[in-house]
Amino acid sequence: MRIAIAAIAVAVAGSAAAQESKVQLADGPGKDKAMQCVACHSLDYIPMNSRFLDKAGWTATTNKMINVFGAPIPKSDVDAIAGYLAQHYGKPGAK
Amino acid sequence: MDKSDARGVTRRHFMAGAAGAGALAALTPATRALAGQLGSSGVLGLAEIPDGALAEAVMYALPGKVPLIKKTYRPPNFETPVEYFRTPITPNKAFFVRWHLAGIPQVNAKDWSLSVAGDAAGNAAPFTLAELKKSFKQTEITAVCQCSGNRRGLFEPHVPGVEWGVGAMGNAVWRGVRLKDVLSKVGVKPGAVEVVLDGADHAPLPKTPDFVKSLPIDVAMSEDVLIAFEMNGQPLPHWNGFPARLIVPGWTGTYWVKQLASVKVVTTPEKNFWMSAAYRLPRGKFSTPTFSSQLYAPNEPITAMVVNSLITSLRSGEKIQRGKPIEVRGVAWDRGNGIAKVEVSTDAGAHWAEARLGKDLGRFSFREFALSVPAREDGGRVVMARATSRSGETQVEQLIHNPAGYHHNVIQRIYVEVV
Repeated sequence: MRIAIAAIAVAVAGSAAAQESKVQLADGPGKDKAMQCVACHSLDYIPMNSRFLDKAGWTATTNKMINVFGAPIPKSDVDAIAGYLAQHYGKPGAK
Repeated sequence: MDKSDARGVTRRHFMAGAAGAGALAALTPATRALAGQLGSSGVLGLAEIPDGALAEAVMYALPGKVPLIKKTYRPPNFETPVEYFRTPITPNKAFFVRWHLAGIPQVNAKDWSLSVAGDAAGNAAPFTLAELKKSFKQTEITAVCQCSGNRRGLFEPHVPGVEWGVGAMGNAVWRGVRLKDVLSKVGVKPGAVEVVLDGADHAPLPKTPDFVKSLPIDVAMSEDVLIAFEMNGQPLPHWNGFPARLIVPGWTGTYWVKQLASVKVVTTPEKNFWMSAAYRLPRGKFSTPTFSSQLYAPNEPITAMVVNSLITSLRSGEKIQRGKPIEVRGVAWDRGNGIAKVEVSTDAGAHWAEARLGKDLGRFSFREFALSVPAREDGGRVVMARATSRSGETQVEQLIHNPAGYHHNVIQRIYVEVV
């Protein structure tokens, strides 16, 4: 339910937002595309879920964000995002 | 189960526990101390949360809160450190924080009203906070609010989600009015099957499903379900649902809708994402109540909690002086049958002794337990606690794995050393 939209902007501008900006993802190909995740949530969701998903797992998660949660991420970016996440936050040794 | 089976099970678990202790020992003492503070489940004798989750955890204080274990900043998900469970009531400032969607308005109590409507409601009506407080009898209940996914991080194999340790829960005295009284005032028509609940929170993007939950009509109409506006004698903290939230004693936190804005009495099951896809369990794996209007898929909604306990007085690796007792203390809870007993073992489950139970604060509350065990000989000990409810349900030896990581109530195995 949407009420008091103006108040949200205030909440987001608070100190937790400053803390959130300290969460840095690993550098590597595909990072720019993975940064689209910040539209809806802080990036700590990614390292928190590491390292136990393989590329198929990260692909499923990325697709869930698009198909279920409506993330405005082009389908053509899914492979690059899942590849990046599997590389830096994936199950060790998995493909 | 015969005696040799019992020993076999114990031994397998001892080995599993030893593997966990080994992983812990691989950390440097400084890292281990830090991990203990930051919600490591390994130090509590449980399987460890993912390395990435442990590395990402920091202590951070949201406005009005003490520093809690940060899982995620936005939406905010913060876990209560174990030391706050050393009292049966969890302080408001330390109570865990869990939101699904990042749009969390600061609600002004004066502007807030609760809409009560739906195709099975007699007379749709809004209620202001003052009207709710004045028009209905106020009541209090002490009840545990526990996230369905509390201890998800301890699942092996790991499952994606918020990788909670043991602290996505709390126990409070909730004050409010009965949902049943409010619904009776507007009138419930024949054919009502569910009550649909929506809070003021919302997603940043319009396409994201709004967080909307429903309850079976008989649960909504039960004595224990409250629209609460106070927690431990104070207004609800913003992060815990100010100005009013639903309290569903015995049921998992997902139904305790915060910043409650709308209640609808309906004749058809609610099928949004949060009911039809999320918060579901494979059918028949748990002996919890069934949500009969939501059985249209191979899985079923999570409902009430499973019996559980948490040892709060010991950490794995702790050294205890020979001659001094091993003090085993903690809290136990279930879905409202009440705790019948908590048994403690200090020999990896070979022998059990009943702990002394603390004051009974009500069947939905944490129940404290304590047992002092002499430590007469040097050497390692595996300390365990096992709660049993008055319905005879007890904690499990082996995890009942399920895809979304719910209902973790595996018995802890804390390794201590008598020296």
